[in-house]
Amino acid sequence: MSASSDLYQEQILDHYKHPRNKGPLPGASLQARDSNPLCGDEVTLRMKVEGSHLISEVRFEGRGCAISQASASMLTTIVKGKAVRDAEALDRDAILKALGIPLSAARLKCALLPLNVLKLALGNKTDVGV
Amino acid sequence: MSKAEKTLLNVPKIQADFPILHRKIRGKRLVYLDSAATSQKPRQVIDATTDFYMRYNANVHRAIYELGEEATREYEGAREKVAAFIHARSPNQVIFTKSTTEALNLVAYGYGLKGPIQAGDEIVGTVMEHHSNHVPWHFVRDHKGAVLKYVDIDDEGNLRMEQYDELITKRTKIVTVSMCSNVLGTINPIKEIAKRAHEAGAVCVVDAAQAAPHLPIDVQSLGADFLAFSGHKMLGPTGIGVLYGETEALEATEPLLGGGEMIREVHLGRASWNDIPYRFEGGTPNIAGAIGLGVAVDYLTDLKMEAVRAHEMEVTRYALDEIHRIPGVRTYGPEDVKQKAGVLAFTIDGVHPHDIASILDVEGICVRSGHHCAQPLMERYDLPATARASFYVYNDSDDVDVLMAGIRKVQEVFA
Ligand SMILES: Cc1ncc(COP(=O)(O)O)c(C=O)c1O
Repeated sequence: MSASSDLYQEQILDHYKHPRNKGPLPGASLQARDSNPLCGDEVTLRMKVEGSHLISEVRFEGRGCAISQASASMLTTIVKGKAVRDAEALDRDAILKALGIPLSAARLKCALLPLNVLKLALGNKTDVGV
Repeated sequence: MSKAEKTLLNVPKIQADFPILHRKIRGKRLVYLDSAATSQKPRQVIDATTDFYMRYNANVHRAIYELGEEATREYEGAREKVAAFIHARSPNQVIFTKSTTEALNLVAYGYGLKGPIQAGDEIVGTVMEHHSNHVPWHFVRDHKGAVLKYVDIDDEGNLRMEQYDELITKRTKIVTVSMCSNVLGTINPIKEIAKRAHEAGAVCVVDAAQAAPHLPIDVQSLGADFLAFSGHKMLGPTGIGVLYGETEALEATEPLLGGGEMIREVHLGRASWNDIPYRFEGGTPNIAGAIGLGVAVDYLTDLKMEAVRAHEMEVTRYALDEIHRIPGVRTYGPEDVKQKAGVLAFTIDGVHPHDIASILDVEGICVRSGHHCAQPLMERYDLPATARASFYVYNDSDDVDVLMAGIRKVQEVFA
């Protein structure tokens, strides 16, 4: 296989073409949006939290490159059903491991955008200007 | 003719002059298609800057000794070469800056903020400008109360010239326009625009960052009052740019930088200014950069700008023909290469431009993706981003073929 498949592995393309947990989430208790001005990537994340402990529902909306959107889709599968505390503890290594691809500095921004949005959402229980 | 075979430039010979083009990227030949961002440099330019530091490095204009004389002679020689290149009447109309951006800011500051612009005066721009020909005018509006107006484009990316009839009024003081768009490649009718500006008593400011490297320029026949460009896009070093000015317009412009070199006499609390162009070159200039730019101008002059333009038209025509054969690819800007410089903005259905650039990068192809510092233009097209390939003297139809194969590869990955 050629080197382009290193970056665009099957699972990245799969998440990009068939995003998990994509769409609006009426009645979300936490939400945030952020964008990457350089690329125009944008991600909005919404969550429902049960009894302020468990993330019972999570959905994202967004547009942008395959890396940012696949990363968002993967992130939703990671945090769904997790305790808020565990979601708070997610760091960039967790995301990069899930993506499983080598990234240049420029593409790292795309990959980590959804995680930044998650951190924003968890830090702001109220609307953050979506 | 399907391929750009009959070029007026000897491309293999030119390529041999550019050391970087012999570099491999992941084992592949480097195919550099981002000259609109910055061009590569021929050995002659690299050697000239090295030679300055190795043999006659000294500050300009102040030293009595031999090295200083040589440095000053070469620096001023570069000014003469640039003046001849753009057909200025005098080298004194050529001001060295660090870039197009600085040159445009010098005009906005010296002629706008500190110059004759009053509250309510109008500045007419266009929607296709680079950010560096937008933001400095925002400053003038914010601090002087000037009014900003913009000429729109049609769907093919040509200026809607008829809008100038309405937008230029008695209150118009500045009409500013790029000679060539860095996204669409559109070549704008500067002569006509300058004429309309002058009829209203306004000055015409031209952003020639994408024009000076690719088109023959004659500032006198264009009628530009100010014209800005960057050395690094025309085979020269980074950190050196040019502001050309009509003498009358320069006389009305205040300097941006106060300091050494730009003064005649300084006393405590007051100073009188040096002559133009030195008035606008406060501080030690980029001497090596100017000398390198002079050699870049020599290189282009030897190739002949008419031949450079003819070559790029052929490559661009070939690239347009080839890219249109690939379904699912859209291009932006004029189709007629007489109206278009060697800039090809494109998108692939279902693929973000960053992913295009990443996959092409693996193939050794350098293209840009993003908004190309022209967000108002991207908004006009309602696009978040495009990919962009741009061509120069060292590119040929082989490079276009590699790009097309790369685009097909992108489509395979995302199929
Ligand atoms: C049309 C245009 N204007 C201005 C600039 C700014 O040039 P610089 O960054 O060298 O100041 C550019 C560079 O991208 C350009 O393409």
